[in-house]
Order: sequence, then structure tokens, then C-alpha cells
Amino acid sequence: MAGTNTMTKDPILKVEHLSMRFGGLMAINDLSFEAYRGDITALIGPNGAGKTTVFNCITGFYKPTMGMITMRQKAGKEFLLERMSDFEVNRDAKVARTFQNIRLFSGLTVLENLLVAQHNKLMLASGYTILGLLGFPAYKKAAAQSIEQAKYWLEKANLIDRADDPAGDLPYGAQRRLEIARAMCTGPEFLCLDEPAAGLNPRESLALNELLRSIRKDTGTSILLIEHDMSVVMEISDHVVVLEYGQKISDGNPDHVKNDPKVIAAYLGVEDDEVEEVIEEIEHVTPGGPL
Amino acid sequence: MEYFVQQLVNGLTLGSIYGLIAIGYTMVYGIIGMVNFAHGDIFMLGGFAALIVYLLLLSLFGGVPIALALFIMIIVAMLMTGLWNWVIEKMAYRPLRGSFRLAPLITAIGMSIALSNFIQVTQGPRNKPIPSMVSSVYDVFGISISLKQIIIVVVTAVLLTIFWYIVNHTPLGRAQRATEQDRKMAALLGIDVDKTISITFIMGAALAAVAGTMYLMYYGVIVFTDGFTPGVKAFTAAVLGGIGSLPGAVLGGLMIGLIESLWSAYFTIDYKDVATFSILAIVLIFKPSGILGRPEVEKV
Amino acid sequence: MANISNTTESASSNLMARALREAFYAGLVALGLFVLFVGLKTDQNILNELILVQRWGLLAIFVAIAAVGRFLSVAFIRPYLEERKAAKAAAPAQEAGFVARNFSMIAVIVLLLYPPVMVYFFGFQGSLKWVDNFGIQILIYVMLAWGLNIVVGLAGLLDLGYVAFYAVGAYSYALLSSYFGLSFWLLLPMAGIFAALWGIVLGFPVLRLKGDYLAIVTLAFGEIIRLVLINWTAVTKGTFGISGIAKASVFGIWSFDVSAANNFAKSFGLPMSSAYYKIFLFYLILALCLITALVTIRLRRMPIGRAWEALREDEIACRSLGINTVTTKLTAFATGAMFGGFAGSFFAVRQGFVSPESFVFLESAIILAIVVLGGMGSLIGIAVAATVMIGGTEMLREMEFLKHIFGPDFTPELYRMLIFGLAMIVVMVWKPRGFVGSREPTAFLRERKSVSGSFTKEGHG
Repeated sequence: MAGTNTMTKDPILKVEHLSMRFGGLMAINDLSFEAYRGDITALIGPNGAGKTTVFNCITGFYKPTMGMITMRQKAGKEFLLERMSDFEVNRDAKVARTFQNIRLFSGLTVLENLLVAQHNKLMLASGYTILGLLGFPAYKKAAAQSIEQAKYWLEKANLIDRADDPAGDLPYGAQRRLEIARAMCTGPEFLCLDEPAAGLNPRESLALNELLRSIRKDTGTSILLIEHDMSVVMEISDHVVVLEYGQKISDGNPDHVKNDPKVIAAYLGVEDDEVEEVIEEIEHVTPGGPL
Repeated sequence: MEYFVQQLVNGLTLGSIYGLIAIGYTMVYGIIGMVNFAHGDIFMLGGFAALIVYLLLLSLFGGVPIALALFIMIIVAMLMTGLWNWVIEKMAYRPLRGSFRLAPLITAIGMSIALSNFIQVTQGPRNKPIPSMVSSVYDVFGISISLKQIIIVVVTAVLLTIFWYIVNHTPLGRAQRATEQDRKMAALLGIDVDKTISITFIMGAALAAVAGTMYLMYYGVIVFTDGFTPGVKAFTAAVLGGIGSLPGAVLGGLMIGLIESLWSAYFTIDYKDVATFSILAIVLIFKPSGILGRPEVEKV
Repeated sequence: MANISNTTESASSNLMARALREAFYAGLVALGLFVLFVGLKTDQNILNELILVQRWGLLAIFVAIAAVGRFLSVAFIRPYLEERKAAKAAAPAQEAGFVARNFSMIAVIVLLLYPPVMVYFFGFQGSLKWVDNFGIQILIYVMLAWGLNIVVGLAGLLDLGYVAFYAVGAYSYALLSSYFGLSFWLLLPMAGIFAALWGIVLGFPVLRLKGDYLAIVTLAFGEIIRLVLINWTAVTKGTFGISGIAKASVFGIWSFDVSAANNFAKSFGLPMSSAYYKIFLFYLILALCLITALVTIRLRRMPIGRAWEALREDEIACRSLGINTVTTKLTAFATGAMFGGFAGSFFAVRQGFVSPESFVFLESAIILAIVVLGGMGSLIGIAVAATVMIGGTEMLREMEFLKHIFGPDFTPELYRMLIFGLAMIVVMVWKPRGFVGSREPTAFLRERKSVSGSFTKEGHG
């Protein structure tokens, strides 16, 4: 919750008037929000609110029907993500992501998973394979560096002991951490996590919070996450955006959102005219209560 | 114009045969997601069964009314190939169900090689010509339509109606569709999945046997290698129409029949298969799941 | 005590009863399966009419084999196998023996010594068969299967038309050497490059197709190339094929043409024999195979190789990591095609003759079968599979003694492909993941542990 320097916020990602239509269904309707550099931004909302669709639009897996998504890198370079294909979003714009249903290379070892993530860097170092095939020393050096990089993230994700095991053999929580570590190995400036805490037990959930905080602290990577687990959201995010039926209903710091009657109504599922009552009730409840 | 219509009729006949074989591919693919490469050879086996039955009838009774002979040939060929495909599924495919996707494909290719060579060994490698069974030709507005062609189209249409009814309106069809959607769930709901799959194989084989009989009647000759080319064409038809879709298989079969006969008529017969395969590639490039296939949604 | 023996006794009598019952059914089914195809044979009489020949005795043998086989299987073989499986599960895993640990080293040494040993035992003329029909034949398939392995085993793209690239390589050499008289050593790399270009040309439009759609389109391309070779008679001479293709020379120094001044045998004052050329070809294909293996091993440790395997595991995840999957697939296709092209030009030089007959779908199927039977991705497994399947069926040509058993009309070659097909089925059912099901990791921190086949995926592309 340690809102880093809330006054001079520098947006890293700007979503403007984003709409996504699937046949007759408007999954996202004119959504605009910003994520700030150095922040952990949470995207929350009831099931079916369109959170994952927003993610897929940002990371290039879906082409939005309308709208603009701008990613501004630290060096000032801007990318219009909606015009880029999925792999370019990662390679050029430096946006990495994880998936709701974990997508690891289960037949590769944990270490290999992290090496695959450094593909583009290594491709360059190997002279698009040709120099590497001939055994040029530059590639050997790069390969050794990539293993060091992998090791760094293995330590961070507490997976170093399982480095040589197949990724599919890891327990669920470790797989989630590995997926995050793998995304970080692509060297992103912006990291999108789709329900990173889903299916984790409380201990694993804590470890995850730790990992996310240290990612932000040590690499300065900004994070956007979708989450259902409110303890995670309230605990680590600086900024929360709430979606319902593909529209934004609230936007602000966790405290603001927590007390927003619209959010409460969306989560508790009450009629509009009952919102007033809910607000009254809220006023009697101590802050920090369950949401 | 008459020439064109004539070619349409020829193409329709050929397409019916491809369509009948293609249904077997598509049904099996739909239910267990496997390309049954041996299906073309099941078709050839059906043709051989019909041939042997025909010769048997000739030698036992001297001569039988042609309609009755055809009927008996079709029935015996259906039973025969049904039994073969039942055994094949049980021995070569069932042990591999749920394992590696490529494993059943390889056993199917192995089965295809084994079946054609089995016929080569037991029936000899030579062409097996029979005298023309049905020779009447009618002249309709300047287009000659042979009785053979009428029989083929009518038999195909009748069988398709029956099969369409079975798949859409009977408990068996419901079990098949349920197994297709979700095998585990179907089993939990009390559907005998093994039996349903076996029946699907038998049904596919029976249709291939009809196609084999029609092929024998139409061309008057069969040889042990005849499973391959019609098999590949029918598979192409199934994919073109959208594999897994019954109407798609028939549509694909008819399309390929038409492409072949029109191409041979107006361009060069040498490149007719090149034309067929090129059109397949072009269609798939623009419509990656075939004409009537459900587009595969990429779930992220 | 009496009780226990009673139950075991009744269990075994139960087993026997069940075995007998199943044997009866098996016999019945076999009767149904074979009554038309074995019991009757279509044959031509003097008037060229088809007649039926009755073979009820043969049918009885078939039925008896099915019944007895089923009985033995249910009563003895299956219980035995289950027992052994249980015993195996109980026993601790054994340390790999010396041979297993140094398998590739030993294999290479054996292959290097193979021709001289054969010459020693069978003489120059007698060694021809063993070096050519077995050695070269098997090694060609090893090379082809290793090439296809890059596409199917590593990248997980199902290619049913691989033989097309083999054909491109063979015809590149055949045509360019007969029209322009270029030498083998120039054309070998060119054939590889042509095949790779074809791989890119064919691959580009179709690589967004998935699974079986990709399979059928690759099959279609394979057939298209063959049909063009048949019909484009002005250039390819159609089904007649191209004959009199120039032989390869030892780097242009020694020739194997009988009339050439620098003929190999003449230069060394040896008696004339075609065996030298065959032995030279053996070492040539062995070298090509080793290059293929080394390049594959190296590529697997390069980013591109890792990307191929990652592609096989999960394409969407690859894209999320910034990997351009289209170019990655294309390089896999092109690399596999290139090795197919090398093998093709070798094939042309070895046969001295190419025709479209050699590039039918069956060849693609055999090569794919070798890759899958060997264990996708495993070079050693694939080499073993090629040796077993190709060597095994070649062996059938040598079974002259069977004629003494089954009579002089018996031709074992006729059964070659029948047995090949059945063997494919049996091996696949017995080992669905192939001979070597596990995967060697390409990098490790502490120890190299092979990845069990149950984790690896087979790709959807």
C-alpha cells in the first residue's frame, strides 16, 4: 500500500476507450484507465467482468474492436500495443504476461523454461544461430550469462533446488512462481499477471506477495494484476481498477475502492436503489473489513 | 452446355463415393480425434468382399437378378468390413487411446500397409476385372446417364438419410455425440464409451464397404492398392468439408468429385490430382478448419 | 492351508476356462474375418475370367492360429507378463551398464569398422550386399528420420509429406548433373539449399494450420510434387525417370568411372570391383548422418532449438515470451527439409537412377513411423528403430531357407511389407512413446536428469 510518490504519477500504460466485441457480446465497453510506473495496479471485478479480455488486448492476443493502448517505456519510447502482434508486444514493447491456467513448457526443465524466455537476446548473441553453430565465443559468453540470469530468478522464486526437474513435475504453487520468473526473464518493463494467487494456499500466497514486492523493488518493473484474492489485492496493490460488465466502475487507491458503494454493490450484487442503504451500513463497519 | 452437365453428373457420382468414405474418416475423427489412415484400405477390403460374393453367387447359382446380387454384395461387404474394423479398433487403436496422439496415427498407417499387403498376399497382386454388371444407359436431354450412376447417387442419398437420422435422432446417436463432446463425462453419465466407439468404427466401415461395392460396380475392376488414392481423396474431402462434420464430409466429397471431373474435362487429366490437392491447400489457408468445420477458438 | 491351495486351484481352472472360452471366440472372429479373403481366392482362368479357388485348409490354419494364440495369450503369456511387471516394479532401478552409457561411441566405432569386417568375412563381391543393402539402406533412413525428427520430434509439427524434400534433393542432383554436368560435391549443398527453400515456400502458407489440417496439407504437397515429377515429362522424363546419373568422386581426386584415367582401382593398382564405390558411399552416408546428428545436438542447445521444443510444448506461451512462432516453425521446416535434400542427392548418386516411384507417400509414412517408433526427439532411439524396421525387413529378402520349409513357390519378399505394417502396430502398442521415451535436457545446473516422457508434449501444429 506504500503508494510510491502519489503526486507526480507517470503513466506507463494508458488504455483509452477500449472496446472488444465478441459477436453480439460487448465484453469490454469503452474502458479507459492508466497504470503508473513503479506501481502495482490491480484489475478486479466479478466473474465475467472482462478482466482477462483486457489482458489479452494489452498483450496482443486479441485485437480490440476499438480503442488505443499506449505503452511508454522508461526511455520515453511509445508503443501502440493494439497495433502489434502478440510476440512483438513482449519483444519490442517489453510487456510480459502470465496465464490464468498456467502455461509452462512442462516437458522442459525449470532451467530450460527460463532459457527459452531469453530467446531474443540469445538469438542475437548467436548471430541468428549461425555464429553459435560454428562455436563463436560471443555466444558462449551470452549463454553463460543467460544461465546466471536464470539462476538469479530461480533464487528469487525459491526454485533453485528444482532447477533440473521437469516443469510439469512441480507442485502448483511452484509452477505459478516459475511462470512469473519466466516472464521476468524476458526483461519486461511491465508485467501482467493473470490471477497469480489462484489456487495457492495461504503460505504460498504470502511467498507470492513477497516475490511481487521484490520484483518491483529490485527491477522497477511495473505490475498489472488480475486477482480474486482480496487479501492479495489490498495487501500489495497501490492502485485498483474495478470492472463490471466490461465497464470501469471505480478507480483509485485500495482504500478508496474498498469504500466505493458501486464496488460494494457490484460484489454483493444489490439493486441500484439499495446502494444507499449499503452505504449507510458501510459507515458503521470498521475500515479494513472484509471486501 | 450438355458437356458441362455431363461432367457434373460424372463428378456427382465420383463425389458420392468419396463422400461415403469421407464419412468414416469424419465420424472416427469426431469421436476419438484420430485420423484412421487404414480407412481407405477398409474401403478396398469392402470392394474385395463384394467381388468375392459376386463370384460366389455366380458360381453357386449361375446367375442372380442384378438387384438382388447387388443387395447381397452390399450387405455381406458391410458385415465383413464392420467385423474387420471392429477387430482393428479393438486390437490396434484401443490400447493406445488416451496416450500420445501420434501413436494411433502410426498404428493406423501400419494397419493400412498391413491390410493392403494382406490382400495382395491372399488374393494376388493383379487387377481383378469383372464383366459389367449394370450396363443400361439413359439419354436425358442429350446427357447420357448410366444406371450405375443413378444407383450410386440413390444408394448414397438413402444411406446418408439413414445415418443422419441415426446420429441425430436415436439414443445411439446421442451417445455418439456425447462421447464426441466429452468422453469422461459421457462415461460418468452411464454411456458405454467403448461400445459407442466400436459402433462408430463399424458404421464407418459399413459405409466404406458400400462405397467399395459401388466402386467395383462403377469401374468393374479392383486391385489391392485401390485403398490408397480414394482413401487420401476421401480424407481430403473430410478435411475440406471440415473434419468432424457429417454434412461437411459429403459436401467435401462432392466438391472433390466435381473438381476432378471438371478439371479433367476442361484442362488436363494429368494434373487433376494436383488440382484437387491445390484447392484443398488454398481453401485451408483461407478457412483453416474447412468449409463447415467449427473454427477452433484459440483459448488464451 | 488346504483352503489356499483350493483357491489357487480354482483360480487356475477359472483361468483355463476363460482362456478356452476366449480362444473359441477368437477362432470364431478369425473365421469371420478370413472366410472370404483366405478361404476363397480370386484367380484368372484360361479365358481370363475371374474364378474362385477354394482354400479351406488354409482358412482352418488361420482360425487355429488365432484360437491357439488367444488361448496361450490369456492362459500363460499375460499372467507371466503381469508377474514380471510386478517384479520389475519391486526391483530397484539399475545403474546403466557400460554399453548403455557409451552407446553412441560404440555405435560409431562399429559403423566405421563395418565395411572392412564385411569384406574380411565375405570378400569384396560378397560384402556388396551387406554394405549396400543393409548398411547404406539403413543409414539413408537414419538420416531421413533424423531430418524429420527436427520437424516432428522437436518442433512438434506433423509432416506427412517429408518425402517431397527427399525428391527435391534427388532431382536437383539428377537434373543439374545430367544437364549441366556439375559435380556431386557442388550439388550436395545445393540440393540441401533447394530443399530448404522448398520447405520455406511450402511451409509459409500452411504453418498457421494446426494438427491434422497441417498433416493433410503436407501430405497434399508431397503428392503434388510427385505428380508434377510424373507429368512434367519434358524435364523429368516422367515415370521413366532419369538414369545414368554421374557417380560421386572422392573429392574430385579419384573417380569411380571405369573409363576415367583417375579411376580409384587403377590408381591403387587394385583389381576392378564395384565394391570400392559402395564402401565409399557407405562412409559418405555415414559422414552425412554424423553431420546431421552433430548439427541436431548443437541446435538443441541453441536458442532456436529450445524454441522448437518450447513450441512443441506450448505455442501460446512461446508467443507471450516474444518468440516469433512463424519464423521459428519455418526454420524447423527448412532445416528438416535441408537434411531431406542432402539425403535425396545421396540417394540419386547411389542409385544412379531416380524416378517418381521412389517418392511415394509410403516412404513418408515409413520415415515418420521410424521417428515415432524410435521416440520423438531421441537420436539414438530413432537410429535403433531404423535399424530394426529397415534392417528387419531387408532380412526377409535373405530368408532363402524358408523356401525349403514352405516350398519353392514361397517368396518371403512378398510378406515384407505385410510384416513391416504389423511390426509397426505391435511396436507402437507395446511402446507408445517409442524405444526411448525420455528427453535429455539441453542445459542443467547440478545434474543432467532425463525428463520422463509423461511430461513432454507432442505438439499441436
